[in-house]
Amino acid sequence: MAIQLPIYMDYHATTPVDPRVLDAMLPYFNSKFGNAASRSHVFGWTAEEAVGHARETLARFIGASNPKEIVFTSGATESDNIAIKGVAEFYKDKGNHIITSVIEHKAVLDTCKRLEKQGYEVTYLKVDKYGRVDPDDVASAITDKTILVSIMLANNEVGTVQPIAEIGKITKSKGILLHSDAVQGVGKIPFNVEQMGVDLASVTAHKIYGPKGIGCLYVRRSKPRVRITSQMDGGGHEFGMRSGTLNVPGIVGFARAAELLIEEGEAESARIVSLRERLRTRLWKELDAIQLNGSPDRRLPGNLNVSFSFVEGEAMMMAIKDVAVSSGSACTSASLEPSYVLHAMGIGDDLAHSSIRFGLGRFTTEEEVDFVADLVIRKVNKLRDMSPLYEMHKEGIDINSVQWAAH
Amino acid sequence: MAYSDKVIEHYENPLNVGTLDKNDEQVGTGLVGAPACGDVMRLQIKVGEGGVIEDAKFKTFGCGSAIASSSLATEWLKGKTIDEAETIKNSMIAEELHLPPVKIHCSVLAEDAIKSAIADFRAKQQAKRELTGAAPSGAAKSAASASAE
Repeated sequence: MAIQLPIYMDYHATTPVDPRVLDAMLPYFNSKFGNAASRSHVFGWTAEEAVGHARETLARFIGASNPKEIVFTSGATESDNIAIKGVAEFYKDKGNHIITSVIEHKAVLDTCKRLEKQGYEVTYLKVDKYGRVDPDDVASAITDKTILVSIMLANNEVGTVQPIAEIGKITKSKGILLHSDAVQGVGKIPFNVEQMGVDLASVTAHKIYGPKGIGCLYVRRSKPRVRITSQMDGGGHEFGMRSGTLNVPGIVGFARAAELLIEEGEAESARIVSLRERLRTRLWKELDAIQLNGSPDRRLPGNLNVSFSFVEGEAMMMAIKDVAVSSGSACTSASLEPSYVLHAMGIGDDLAHSSIRFGLGRFTTEEEVDFVADLVIRKVNKLRDMSPLYEMHKEGIDINSVQWAAH
Repeated sequence: MAYSDKVIEHYENPLNVGTLDKNDEQVGTGLVGAPACGDVMRLQIKVGEGGVIEDAKFKTFGCGSAIASSSLATEWLKGKTIDEAETIKNSMIAEELHLPPVKIHCSVLAEDAIKSAIADFRAKQQAKRELTGAAPSGAAKSAASASAE
């Protein structure tokens, strides 16, 4: 079968809506268009029933014991904001200290920065070379003022899976709340709020083959009952935690996407891991001077983050323009700063500039992987033929020993 | 990042990629930039009789704009005298390639590389004169070529 171009290998950024998800959603745009908050007629009841069913599915998806613990939001950025600001505000008399890590998503980091301006104190934990937070660091950062720990389930750039269960044990024993941005990991690796001792979790539909603009925040209701100050005033929807008319088609799609992963997630992850390993094996076999960024074993199934030394990331993306990937290179960002995640892992700026993130997913095929491997190998070699650094490397010159004039 | 057709053309079919013998006394080499900044350019010129640049080669580690800027720079250098080469400005490169503001530094780097290659060539000539005590041939040559035009 002929390869269809372009090839999508950026599943961490977003995913296409699964056709089965779309089918489930469609009736809720027209024939079942009611407002879930309308209590007085069948249109409202139909919508409310669909939302109730979705809540149950999503609770099951993340191992929550009560469907009322699912609070629908517009997505993970909003969920992160509500969780962190909502807890900080509600528990401000108890303490003003929050612990997070330096490699969190900006929705967490920038929320924490805003709170710092308001007088809260935030500890940003460092990570090891694989991008992993050490649970012992969490334990030792806790003070009598700590109210919340926020650590992601898995990192979006390098795919490193965090020891959430171990961190959950610590926060439980100290009576501190644990929030986890579970966006990248949920449905792909084991995640269970009860088993892992998670009190708040952010999830979004568009990373799991659902639609954009819908997500949820898990808010634990017992042992302990988590309270948050709502960040959106209005009609008191979602148990008073998030006002705003519910996006019923989105919620139905979100739940259907979760349902598919409950049924097929394990098999899907196994298949994606084997595709990723197929890609990795080819690249490592045929190219020298390449480095895996992130953990060799504790890693998201579809993530392969690679630095191709002596080749700049943006040039690489241009060279493989028929393949959609991401890079940690500064040249791809508006800020001209290389990836803060790679930097936090101790990866030099030169290697950060050379990093490419391949994100494989549900619709990735073996043929696509082989095509991408061939293309990448060819283009890396071409760009290296053009790279003065590769020539120096071949001559045995250590690039790091050269005195470069920063500009 | 939306690139101009000219950047894409130079990027996909770069001109004058390669290496000249850096120990050749007629070759000037400029190596500018830094790996940590995401771009390193090495630009080389081979200067012939009359101070005319006979050949120019580059190798660049950098984004598409950096590669295109170096490709264009080498193309412009060939056939020019080193005095003429010195008049190439980054703004000319940026304009020719329609570089977006965020990529202007790539053209600056190309200008630096040209200047650095010329400086290296001149330093070699100076060293040669000091070694042999000969008359300043480089200056005489470029003056001769200027008057010949």
